[in-house]
Amino acid sequence: MKAVTKAYRPISWPMKGAGGDTGTWRTHRPVVDIQKCTKCQICWIYCPEAVIDREESIVDYRYCKGCGVCAAECPTGAISMVKEE
Amino acid sequence: MKAAQVTMETGAHAAALAVKSARVDVVPGYPITPQTSIMEAVAEMVENGELHARFIPVEGEHSAMAAAVAASAAGARVFTATSANGLLYMHEVLHMASGGRLPVVMCNVNRGIFAPWTLWADHQDSMAQRDTGWIQYHCSSNQEVFNTILQAFRVAEQINIPVMVNFDGFTISHCLMPLTVPPQEEIDRFLPPHEPEWRLDPAHPSSFSNVTNAPEYAPFRQMLSDDIMAAIPLVKQAAQEYKDITGMWDGDTIDTYRLEDAEVVAFAVNSMAAELRLSVDILREQGIKAGLLRPRLYLPFPAEDIINALPQNAQVMVLDRNYNFGHPGGILAAELKSVLFGRRNDITVKNRVMGIGGIDLTRRFMADEIRAMMDD
Repeated sequence: MKAVTKAYRPISWPMKGAGGDTGTWRTHRPVVDIQKCTKCQICWIYCPEAVIDREESIVDYRYCKGCGVCAAECPTGAISMVKEE
Repeated sequence: MKAAQVTMETGAHAAALAVKSARVDVVPGYPITPQTSIMEAVAEMVENGELHARFIPVEGEHSAMAAAVAASAAGARVFTATSANGLLYMHEVLHMASGGRLPVVMCNVNRGIFAPWTLWADHQDSMAQRDTGWIQYHCSSNQEVFNTILQAFRVAEQINIPVMVNFDGFTISHCLMPLTVPPQEEIDRFLPPHEPEWRLDPAHPSSFSNVTNAPEYAPFRQMLSDDIMAAIPLVKQAAQEYKDITGMWDGDTIDTYRLEDAEVVAFAVNSMAAELRLSVDILREQGIKAGLLRPRLYLPFPAEDIINALPQNAQVMVLDRNYNFGHPGGILAAELKSVLFGRRNDITVKNRVMGIGGIDLTRRFMADEIRAMMDD
């Protein structure tokens, strides 16, 4: 049987930002000290939100929730968590 | 054209035959008395090749409804059945089916709720699911169970809302009555294959029932509320078209008996409402102008049809087979009063709870109750 009304369903397609601007949830932001960074890519591996660029260690603050995993895992201490104003 | 076939069937087997006639694709099932005989019959039909469906045995009712939700989201026509505490165990996933706008059809074979345990019929189980966003029919005969399951699939798929088809444990589910099964080509004409406009498809990945923010969540709930109300004309249309094709009629949103000139109106659902026709005859013989109004559709509550059908100045005797805990009486009485208030102030509503946990409701007993209620 065909539908006779337009049913709006809670469907989303996988794409960047489909979950909204999750960066607004953040209380602390990871700040990368480029001088200390060896580009080992460990932060890129551990980031649960995939918001760290693989080549340049740049954080996409629009979606970073500030969990601090990157700062905890960085072997050279190049990432520090700074309180959001 | 082949003629309709008439056989003696239990209500449970009538339900299973309707599932077969509806060409259902997926049936997740878990046993619970008195529903088990539906699942046994459907499993047997799948096993012997009569029904080309996937039968999924699961470990509980929560999983049965979860499997139904998933299969329906994948575009299948899905049926399952349960009773009493099985229905309560599904409660969370019932919301997922309605909120996800999935046209699952489920039979609930009414049975009283634990504790203490009972196996016998009352309507606490289905009426406790009032606010889950499901459409609910309540049936009063084996034939109506068969007919209603087919109509339920049609309405569910037209409006993308799940439908629950309720009928009494044992009184209907385990008693034999003559059943007319229309020729398959008539049923196929009434209920064409399910054509969902969206389905889960690995070739086009999508995420279903994800987290929403308030600006998206609120409209989803409003649309569900609006669309459930919009089911009333579709329920009427389904009943009418089913009658045009098969010649069978159980009423649409409501079913009435000797109502036109009635001064005393019995108001009840399910098998007790079939017995109440005989109580009405008894009361008429005693000189009381009695009639019957049976809501066949419980949700959405057919307010306008009830308001229009009730004769002027009638006393309505609501016979509830359930408790409205926190209020003195039953749930149907509260629903009825809420729609009559301010619209039909000429009507008097009286209410008694009876038949709890399968206490036998005979025509004489209910006729006596109604007569006693006139003095309440």
